[in-house]
Amino acid sequence: MIRIAFFAATLLGAGPLLAETHSIEPGEGAQEALQEALILAEPGDEIVLAAGRYRITDGLSLDVDGVILRGAGMDATILDYTGQQGAGEGLLVTSDNVTLRDFAMENPKGDGVKSKGANDIVYHRVRVTWTRGPNPDNGAYGIYPVESTNVLIDGVQVSGASDAGIYVGQSDRITVRNSIAEANVAGIEIENSRRARVENNLATRNTGGILVFDLPNLPRMGGGDVIVRRNLVVANDTANFAPPGNIVASVRRGTGVLVMANDNVFIEGNVIDGNPTSGVMVIAYPLAYEDADYNPYPRGVVVGENVFGRNGYEPQIESAETLLAAFGGSLPPVMWDGIAADENSLRVAPRIGGWTMGLTAPGQQVTDAQPAPLSVGEPDGRAWDDRAIGAPAEMDARLGR
Amino acid sequence: MKHATAFLAAASLALAGAVIARASTPTMVNDAAVIAGMPRSLSEFRFFEGNGAAQIPVGQVVAYRLNTPLFSDGAEKLRFVYVAPGKQMTADGEGLLAFPVGSALIKTFAFGKGNDRRLIETRVLVHRKDGWIALPYVWNEEQTEATLALAGARVSVTSAKGETISYRVPNKNQCKECHAVDGVVVPIGPKARNLSAEWLEENLGQVPGGADQLPVWESRGSATPEAAARAYLDVNCAHCHRPGATASNSGLDLRWEQDDPHALGVMKRPVAAGRGAGTHLFDVVPGQPDQSILLHRMLSTEPGVAMPELGKSTVDEDGTEAVRKWIADMPAR
Repeated sequence: MIRIAFFAATLLGAGPLLAETHSIEPGEGAQEALQEALILAEPGDEIVLAAGRYRITDGLSLDVDGVILRGAGMDATILDYTGQQGAGEGLLVTSDNVTLRDFAMENPKGDGVKSKGANDIVYHRVRVTWTRGPNPDNGAYGIYPVESTNVLIDGVQVSGASDAGIYVGQSDRITVRNSIAEANVAGIEIENSRRARVENNLATRNTGGILVFDLPNLPRMGGGDVIVRRNLVVANDTANFAPPGNIVASVRRGTGVLVMANDNVFIEGNVIDGNPTSGVMVIAYPLAYEDADYNPYPRGVVVGENVFGRNGYEPQIESAETLLAAFGGSLPPVMWDGIAADENSLRVAPRIGGWTMGLTAPGQQVTDAQPAPLSVGEPDGRAWDDRAIGAPAEMDARLGR
Repeated sequence: MKHATAFLAAASLALAGAVIARASTPTMVNDAAVIAGMPRSLSEFRFFEGNGAAQIPVGQVVAYRLNTPLFSDGAEKLRFVYVAPGKQMTADGEGLLAFPVGSALIKTFAFGKGNDRRLIETRVLVHRKDGWIALPYVWNEEQTEATLALAGARVSVTSAKGETISYRVPNKNQCKECHAVDGVVVPIGPKARNLSAEWLEENLGQVPGGADQLPVWESRGSATPEAAARAYLDVNCAHCHRPGATASNSGLDLRWEQDDPHALGVMKRPVAAGRGAGTHLFDVVPGQPDQSILLHRMLSTEPGVAMPELGKSTVDEDGTEAVRKWIADMPAR
């Protein structure tokens, strides 16, 4: 009997043992070894990058489901793309259920990590840094999941991105938390996405801290159901260094939280301080477009209780001096362009000051503005069902060691 | 199959003894290698006579060309198709030919002419029970063997223009970046609309509707500037810039059959172009090629700006000229 029990136990143990660990060391041939491991890995395998600096000359890519790519820490394992010669990103992930954790990427020529159509992906303690600081020739996005369902980004750090540090596009059920976005054009950007939760992050020294956007003419539109909560959105005061063609190039220096053309956005419990143009800005899509399916208005945007420090003291807005004089030296925390689909477009908690540009239709020019103090309704007290927003809770299990 | 036979006959003459000695037992493609596994060496497939250095296909393997080919740093490309024994490739309208399971598409990239010709890589796309698989093989310096390079490679080559370039052999996943539609690997090139009626007649026994539409690139002067540019964009860009493929999130759809100007980039703002947009606002500005992001990215070789993202170390002067002409001639909107 004892022998049989032993045998059975061995069989039971066989499952997990099948998962293989591919260990990669820095040095000669490391890039090829890593790329081969990324290709030959089987679902469940783990690729472990030893501490050290890896010189990478081409884009890496992963297309196997269920693989864990793990370094020895975001300050210990560094993929150095300074000499990158090809590909549009440092690492491309196109498979599901992948975990990326505990490594850094420096100076990718294009984007840092892009995951496209990669569902159930976890980014944990990944750092992407452009080491020369803000520069228009830096890559566009640091962490870049797109067209994906269930995205968990926890504890990452991105700085120097010439577009957005953490950019989630055309995706559903997203959590971005406990992360640091510093000295990017946009710190954290949620674009054309639904059910996103942005919590407990630090966004500082960006041009704009946290952006929630919806853009026309894309396969997935109708962004909304976004919670922006308990973030530290402070001192976003870097001059915009984005190349002019991009939508973020129009972000004014010193915008704390920017909501554009979205549906149901809840901004609460954040500390928003030291953003020279505005603490919170809510606007319609301002450009001309041809797309019958696109809704350019903000709808159901709620600014609840937040801690506002000094914002709007050096606004990058036409006639700033007149405005500052009118409002007594700095603008109130919430700025609205005034363009509303209906009376539910924007609600702001009592005692939070605001101002409106007094525009009435998308596409109007700033010269048409008729600035005035904000007068909108208060939040209706409706409870938000948190559980349906953000990455599914069971993904948290993949963060443990 | 007439072409291939002629090819072989010529080769037999040239190579005299070696091939003639084998003539009684013609080389057969190794179907086992096509169907399963990852052969370490290209010669294991037996697509070519001998070690394949002369690129003379065995009798079962047929050469083809595309009217408008994909530019790959000016490499000469030798294309071949192998159809599973006893099976037939079939047409599905003007689109991609259907190749039965057990078939393979073989493409060799070479630089240099005549005796100076140097084979760089041979890409093999095999159609297996569970789908297409892409396998890249890199030729050795001695030109005697091509071995599997799953992680890709960089090879220093002299381009047609005489420049020394760092030519990139894509890794196995990068093959998929261009070859995937809705997550499934598919061939890109052999579409009826981009193959000659003569070749189709000979190998399919019929010329499907919509065949042979794209201009033959060398004679694009006799096509309209629009046809030349649209053919170029279809072949060089649309495998990513189409719904369901790698660049679907850009909203740009450059397929030949797309006729919505906005989807083709006309006055379309970039989405995730990042610094790739340069100082420009729109993908295509009618009449203003130098203000069009599309051309700007084609004219760059810098990673993060350059398009295509893969397989490009040099700018295609002919291709960019064709696109420039198309945009320049486009009436302002």
